[in-house]
This record gives sequence, C-alpha cells and structure tokens, in this order.
Amino acid sequence: MMTSTSLVYLIALPLAGSAILLLAGRRSDKWGHLLATALSASSFFVGLYQLSLMVGRTNSDRPVTQKLFEWISVGTFKIDASLMLDQLSICFVLLITGVGTLIHIYSISYMSHDPDRRRFFAFLNLFIAAMLLLVLGDSYLNLYVGWEGVGLASYLLIGFWNQKPAYATASKKAFVMNRIGDMGLSFAIMIAFATMGTVSFSGVKEAAGHTSTAALTGIGIMLLVAATGKSAQFPLQAWLGDAMAGPTPVSALIHAATMVTAGVYLITRSNFIFDAAPTAQLLVVIVGAITLMFGALIGTAKDDIKKALAASTMSQIGYMILGAGLGPVGYAFAIMHLLTHGFFKAGMFLGAGSVMHGMNDEVNMRKYGALRKFMPITFATFGLGYLAILGVPPFAGFYSKDMIIETAFNSGGAKGIILGCVTLLGAGITAFYMTRVMILTFTGKSRWDEEAHPHESPWLMWLPMAILAIGSVTSGYLLSHGDTLVNWLSPLFVNHGERAELLSPVVVSGLALAMVAIGVAIAFVKYSRNEVAAVAPTDVSIFTTIARQDLLQDRFNEAVFMQPGQALTAVLVKTDEAVIDGAVRGVGRIALGSGSALRGIQTGFVRSYAALILIGAVALIAAIWVVTQ
Amino acid sequence: MNWLTLLMVLPLIGSVALAVLPKENEKLVKQVALASTLVVMGATIAMAVGFQRDNIELQFVEKYAWIPSFGINYALGVDGLALVLILMSTILAPVVVLAGWNESQGGRWSVKTFYILILVLETMMIGVFAATDVFLFYVIFEAMLIPVYFLIGGYGSGERSAAAVKFLIYSLFGGLMMLASIIALYVMSGAQGGHTFDLAALSQLQMSSMTQNLLFLGFFIAFAIKAPLWPLHTWLPDAAESATPGTSVLLLGVLDKVGTFGMIRYCLTLFPDASKTFTPVILVLAVISIIYGAILAIGQRDLKRLIAFTSISHFGFITLGIFAMTSQGYSGAALYMFNHGFSTAALFLVGGWMISRRGSSTISDFGGLQRITPVMAWMFFLAGMSSLALPGMSSFVSEFLVLVGTFTRYPVHAVIATFGIVLAALYILIPVQKALHGPTTPGNENLSDLNLREKIAIAPVMAIIIVLGFYPAPLLNVINPAATHVIAQLGFSDPAPTSGGK
Repeated sequence: MMTSTSLVYLIALPLAGSAILLLAGRRSDKWGHLLATALSASSFFVGLYQLSLMVGRTNSDRPVTQKLFEWISVGTFKIDASLMLDQLSICFVLLITGVGTLIHIYSISYMSHDPDRRRFFAFLNLFIAAMLLLVLGDSYLNLYVGWEGVGLASYLLIGFWNQKPAYATASKKAFVMNRIGDMGLSFAIMIAFATMGTVSFSGVKEAAGHTSTAALTGIGIMLLVAATGKSAQFPLQAWLGDAMAGPTPVSALIHAATMVTAGVYLITRSNFIFDAAPTAQLLVVIVGAITLMFGALIGTAKDDIKKALAASTMSQIGYMILGAGLGPVGYAFAIMHLLTHGFFKAGMFLGAGSVMHGMNDEVNMRKYGALRKFMPITFATFGLGYLAILGVPPFAGFYSKDMIIETAFNSGGAKGIILGCVTLLGAGITAFYMTRVMILTFTGKSRWDEEAHPHESPWLMWLPMAILAIGSVTSGYLLSHGDTLVNWLSPLFVNHGERAELLSPVVVSGLALAMVAIGVAIAFVKYSRNEVAAVAPTDVSIFTTIARQDLLQDRFNEAVFMQPGQALTAVLVKTDEAVIDGAVRGVGRIALGSGSALRGIQTGFVRSYAALILIGAVALIAAIWVVTQ
Repeated sequence: MNWLTLLMVLPLIGSVALAVLPKENEKLVKQVALASTLVVMGATIAMAVGFQRDNIELQFVEKYAWIPSFGINYALGVDGLALVLILMSTILAPVVVLAGWNESQGGRWSVKTFYILILVLETMMIGVFAATDVFLFYVIFEAMLIPVYFLIGGYGSGERSAAAVKFLIYSLFGGLMMLASIIALYVMSGAQGGHTFDLAALSQLQMSSMTQNLLFLGFFIAFAIKAPLWPLHTWLPDAAESATPGTSVLLLGVLDKVGTFGMIRYCLTLFPDASKTFTPVILVLAVISIIYGAILAIGQRDLKRLIAFTSISHFGFITLGIFAMTSQGYSGAALYMFNHGFSTAALFLVGGWMISRRGSSTISDFGGLQRITPVMAWMFFLAGMSSLALPGMSSFVSEFLVLVGTFTRYPVHAVIATFGIVLAALYILIPVQKALHGPTTPGNENLSDLNLREKIAIAPVMAIIIVLGFYPAPLLNVINPAATHVIAQLGFSDPAPTSGGK
C-alpha cells in the first residue's frame, strides 16, 4: 500500500484547536470560535487534497497509509498508531469535515449569546478529531480510540448545559448505553486476536478466509452490538431521543450526520467478516428492519421538533444498517444513503435550530405554525430536505433510499419480500411524520406564545443551511449517476455478481412513491384540514400514547435493568458490611478466643496484637511440622 | 555506584534534617520535605536512564552480609517491574507532599512528625520493591505498617483510630502467615545446601506439592490482604475514608501494589507449581473483585469510600492479568500497577481538595461545581475518565492488555470482567453528575478553585496519564522482557491463534 505523510494533519488540526481552546481558557474567548472553525475548514481542505490525489491514481493504488508510531506491543499483540485512507474513509472524511465546518460556521451565530461558546467550539473540534480517527484508524483498536472519543465528545456536548439536571442525566445515559455497545467492540477485538492473532483491518481480512464460521459469527455479532450502541439501533436505541438535550448544531452534526452513522461504517468496513458469517449478517438486517420501523413509529407521535427528527434519524440509520446487512450489493447503497442523509438531515436539524432561534428556544411544534411567512429561507431549505428524505425525484433520498428498498426486495425469497415490504412501509410512515412536521411548523395558523417574535436567522446561520439544501437536491443524482459511488467503492467489496431481479427499479420507485403519496395524504388530512391543538390532546389511542413514550423503551430498561441493578447494589452494600466484614470480624473473635477483644479495639489493642502473634506462632509450628514430615 | 541504597538513604537524610528543624517553622519543614522527595525523584530518574531494558537479569544489584550467622543478607536489585514501581513511588511522593500541603494540620502530632513519617515511608517503599533477600523484604513489609498506622491514626479524620487498628490487624495477620512460610523456607534451605534467605536460591528448593501449596498460601494471603482481593478487602474502605488524601494515595497507590508485586515476585517465583494449582481459584476471586468492587463503588455515598472500592475493582484486574499467564496479561498487569498509582492519586487528591473546601465527603453535599470551580471540576472529570479507562488515557492500555491477555487463555473470565467497563462508567459518571453538574446547591456557592500550588501538583499526574495513554512504549519496553521471562519460567507461552496464525 502507498504511504502518505499528510494524513495526520486531518486529525492533528482540529485536535490542536481543541487543546488550545481548552488550555487557553477564557483568554481565547474572543477568537476561539474563529480558530476552531478555521482548523475544521483546514482539515476539510486537506481532505479535498487527499481526494484529488486519490482520484489521480488507479483503483489498486488508491488506499494510502501513514504509520505514526508504535502504540502497544506486547508479545504478538502489536498495534501501531497508524492511519489508513481508502475509498470508503475518504467519503467519511469529507462528510465529517465538510458538514462539520458548515456547522462550526452556523454555531458562531447560534451560540453567540452563550457565555461558554469557546468551550462549545473546543468540544466540536474534539469531536471532529475523534471522528476522523474513528474512520482513519487502520485497526479495530485504533478505531476503538476514536469510537470512545466521539462518545466522550457526545457526552460533553449533550451535557453542555448540564446545569439542568435532566440534561446531565441525558448525557450520562448516552455514555453508559454507548459503553454497553463498546463492550461488544471489545469482545470482537478479543475474539479476533485470539483466533486470528491480529486486529488490523488488513490482517483480519486476510485471516477471515481460514477462520471458523463460529469465530467470524461471534465477531460479527459483537460488532453489531457495538453498532447498535453508537448508531442508536434496537435494542440500544433509547439514548438518542434524550441526546437532543445538546445544543441543536450538535444534534445536526453528531446525532444526525456523522457519529450515529459510525455503526454503518463499522459494518461496512468489516464486510469481509459479515460476508463470511451469514447468521451475523441476517441479524444485522433484522436489527435494521426493527429499528427503521421503531424510529418511524416514534416519529409519528412526537411534538418536540428535535425529538421527531431524532426518531427519524434512528429510522433512517435503520435503513442504512439494513442495507449494509444485505451484503456486497448493499454496502455501497448504505453508504450512499448515509451521505445523502448527512446532507438532508443535518440541513433539517439546522433548520429546526433556526426555528428555535426565532421562537425563544421553543421546541413544541404545537406552538409553531405559519412560520413560512416569517422564515422563508428556513422554510425553503427545510422543505428541500423534506423532499429529499421523502424520496421525491430528483431529490437525494429518491436515489439512495430507493436503492435500499430495491436491494431489499431483490435479496431473495421470503426474506426479500418481508424486507421489501418493511422498507416500503417505512417510506410511507416517513412521509407521514415528516409531512406532519412540515405542516405543524410552517403552515396553518400560528399558535405561538405571546412573547414569540419569529424572524429569519442571520446569514451565518442560513448560509450553511442553504449549502446543505443544495446537497439535499443534488447529492443523490451526483453519487448515483453512472454508478459513481458504487464503482468508487467496488474495490473494497467482494463482488458476487448480479442477482435475479424480483422487481425492476421502475416498479420499486413506483411503489415507493405510492407509499409516500399515501403517507403525505394521511398527514395532510389529519393536520392540515383540521385545526391543530396548541396543547397535545390526551384523549388519544393507546398506540399514540405508547408511541409518545418512545414505545416504552425507557420503562422497559428501568424495569429490567435499572431497578434490579439498584436493588442488587443496595443489598451488596449492606451485606459487605454485615456479612463479609462481619465474617472477618467473627473469625477474628473466634481466633482470639474472646468476644470482647475487638470490641474495645482501641484499648484492647495490645491484647489483640498478642493474640495475633499467637496465631502466627501456631501457623509457624504447623508449617515446620509439615516441612519436617 | 550503589544506586538503590542511595535512593533509600536520601529520604532518611531528609527526615533527619526535618528532625533537627524547629517544630514551629512549619513552612520550612514542608519545603525541606518537598525538596527531599524531589531529590529522590531526580535520583530515581537518573538511575532509570541507566537501566538496560533488554537485560532480564536483576540490575543495580547490591549484596552485603547482614547477619551472616543466619545467612541473612542486605541484598537489593531490580528488574523492569520493580523499576517502574519504584519510579511510580518516587514520582508520587513529591506530588503528595505538594498536593497535601495543609493536610497535616490539626493532627494528633506535629506537622514535622507527619513529614518525617512520609519520608521514612518513602525509604521503605523503595526498599520493599528492591529487596532480593526474603528476610529483608519481610522486615520492610512489616515495618511499613508503622508509619502508615501513625499517618492514619494521627492525621486522619472521623474514626481514624479504629480504621488504623483495623488496617494494622489485617496486615499483621497476613504478615504472620507470610512469616511462617518464610521460616519454613529457611528451614528447608538448611537441609538443601545451606541456610539462606536469598530469593534466587530459595526458588531452587525442592519440596512436596503439599508443602508448596501451604507455603504459597502463607504468602498469597498476605498479599491478597494487601492488594486487597475480595473477600479480604473490608479494611480498605475504612482506612481510605479516615486517612488524609495524601496518605490514601500512598496507601492505595503504592503500598497496596506490594500485594500484587509480591504475587509476581514471591508467589510465582518461589512456588510455580502451587501458583498453577491455585490459579483457578484466584482468577475467580479476581473477577469477583472486579465486579463486586465496581457495584459497591456505585452504591457508596462517601466520595473516599467510593474511590476505595474502585481500587478494589482495579486490583481485581491486576490480579487477573498476573494469573492469566500470558505476556499481554502480565505486561498489562504490570503497567496497570503503574497507571493505577497515578489514576488513583488524581482521584484522591482532587477529591481531597473538594472535600477540604466543602467540609464534607458526602457526594450529595456537592452540586454544580463545574460552574463554580471549573478547573477543579475538570481535573476531577479527567481523573474519573482515567479511572474508567477511556482510550487515550494510560489506564486504557493496561486494562485492555489485561482483558485481551486473559481472553486468549480464559475467555469466560475475560468476558465477565469486561462487564466491569460498563459498571466503571456508572461509578464515575454518577458522582460526576452529582458533584459537578446540576444547579449549584447551597454550601457550594463560595468554594474556591484550585490555586497555583494545586495546579502544579496535579499537572504532572495528568500529563503522565495522557502521554502514556498514547505512548506507553517507554514503560512497556522495560516491562516486556521481564514478562516474557516470568511466563517462560513457569512453563507457559502465549496461546497461538486458533485459526492457524497470520
């Protein structure tokens, strides 16, 4: 593989920004945000430079590596701090630094009134650096550092306003649930090392050929566990909704466009494992299918605009995971949806932030309404993102989502039909809840509180939204025209050849559009024809109630894990003192032959000491006796 | 040059200097104490530079007849493991002195006595890791109890006398068990070529497996109390709760390492067969310690007790790594000993500053410190991240090495132990949320942030934690040769990859 000397700058620039801002403290309040933005942008330009180099080389020469130093080396466990940039990671590098820089710019204005803006930018830069390490590490252990690094950044940013107890709790919840996923990654690395003797991507890829299916299945399932944690997939999805406690630019960058898609990256990166472990691959598809419905159903009931979008993110990542679980034909489409989603979902989150900015940080859509007149740019950019996520041609989602639906249908047998129907149904529900968001927020009558004075956001905020909106319109066409992305990524995946087509692309698109039309129509009838209540109605069906409570995910976790865990902790704390310490004290008493020897411990100390010496002497005699046998 | 003796003498010179200083001039006393520990640290680093890392023989060896008629020698020497532990001890000493500048006030005895005790203890900390004569080791092992007893009982808080006595009785009990084993070894050496306490000579003794098992237990129980391993741990939370933060750092960070160090140096070397016999039991105790310590930590209301229980969990990891009998496990455990010293120091010192400012060690008495004392809050958070072994922190490298090294031979133990990383997130983030986040609660509004002295004290600790997280090679290069050597001597080699290798 070719070597590079400049990969490290991708990470070093934002990392330096974070360190400078944190160490300089208040002294950097005036210029910290500018430095952070500039460094994020620099990293983006380094990424573009790398892309230009990569395009200029032939397929087999495109991946480059850079070894920085020997990190851990014990016996055969040798891990270099080493970076690798290939056709897959460059997609992520440009997404992370590109969208990341736009969100830095947006945040300059969005956070301008916050006294801790500098700290916010320090964390944003820290996130960019960690996320880049995640996608550039050349081994599972290097990835792991980035993996937990983004978890840390996410924790810090969710809890950015942690003076509010609920927000602090949300950040803790995200960290702990992610750690459960991280445990899966640990297990995967351990199994890989024990069976293959290596944890580098290239080493594992090579060894996978002569490793037992059982081991590969184990690794695959554990990687899936890791992916469910980071990407908020079933059953580790419950943290994402609460993560909306973070400032909205964070929701756009970390909890929509980049970090939560890391699970998709992990599975795609590990294609050589999943392709050889059908059971694990099937589980990936199942997790994706469950989550895409799970998120979509939650999305239908949320009145908080950010939580509605978060549910949508969960659902859309479900599509990506499902796509990645469909094997060689699905990986590229999963990545394509990941990239288009990065544009349209980040754009919509920034739009939501813009709305909140104009509405005194109100997030309840029932108190919005008619905002299109007051925020035309926000309405336009959000609307383009809306069309993209629905999959209306020629917007981005039309290309990427339809590809996943089509691949699902064509994956063969009953599995194909079930998956195809789930993805189609999901598209319809997506159309319903997104239309609901549009109607509640931008059309109809105003339902604002009296002190609300909606106004368009300043250009520093709408410019990034506009750029992302352009991406929402064009990225799907650009990536799929002439199979650009599929061909670009194809050297990474094993090609299994064409499969029999159950449904042709035209039929799939037709079906998908029909579902979307139904979803839009239902939402239209329900919310546009009738007056929307400013307070959420309580006389709703049991399904709505359950969906409002996130399908009872928190209740389940509390009843099954939290409460028993707390009870166990309480019992152990009591028994440690009463039973274990008590037993030790009891043994001491018996040995000393005096119940009061330890009771008056301070005064009786000399006596106890004497008794202990006696025990020692007994032990000594016993030992000597044994020796002389 | 007798480096090791020099290292041991330097703190004693400092303590003699302190003894002649006037009691009233507390500031001068502290300055001399700090200077002494800094000189020792400098000398240790100078010595470490000359260590030949690929040489598996003991280095800086010294040997003088002490009580010739009993075959007792004053014999010192270090391998990679002993070297890093001595380094850790001598770096921590000045940090502790500087960080706990005022913690000796209000004790039963004078400030001067406090620092004399600390310096005497430092001499013993070096000696206990450097001794290669079993008798000398035993004498220092027991003698160390005396300064610690007085440090806890004289300068601590709360039920300090009771805690000190509990610590002493536990330790004495273990010490006596070890003494019995040592005397038995001595007696046997007389029948097999002459009475000796020399570690290398004793490791060549022939003995029946029954004998070996009994003598092993004598040593192991002493070390398991010290480490401490479940269920012999109950002295530690009491001691940590009562001791001053600086004393706690030395107690948990350094003295407890004598337990895990002893398991390697004495149990594995002297009784290889017995070590293998007892490995299954010890591994189970280690895993229980990891999970049990973590759950108990989650349930604590007192900050100092919480930190003590996290250490019980961490010592479980160290013991697990030692008895996994793989090079990753061993090197991970050795590195863990070093890293834990700094990680725990950070928690105890910053926690100590929080406690002395607030006048309470109950976690729920704190609240919203991040907005009141941002630097102190950050330091506590970073210390916590180190304790939960976040990648990028030195503790991650050692913890992961232990886990991966255990997994290749004992996958079930490793899998259960890995659940500890989720519990670690809880036992750190719960106190972080309660103490640092949320609105500022009454009683915390006027707390002051870290002053310059405190910042200077904590900075090197944080630097070591982070630098070694990304670049642990300097330590691993010193530890690895010893690891391979010890594993090979026990007749083990790393399990080969099951899929037939690369």
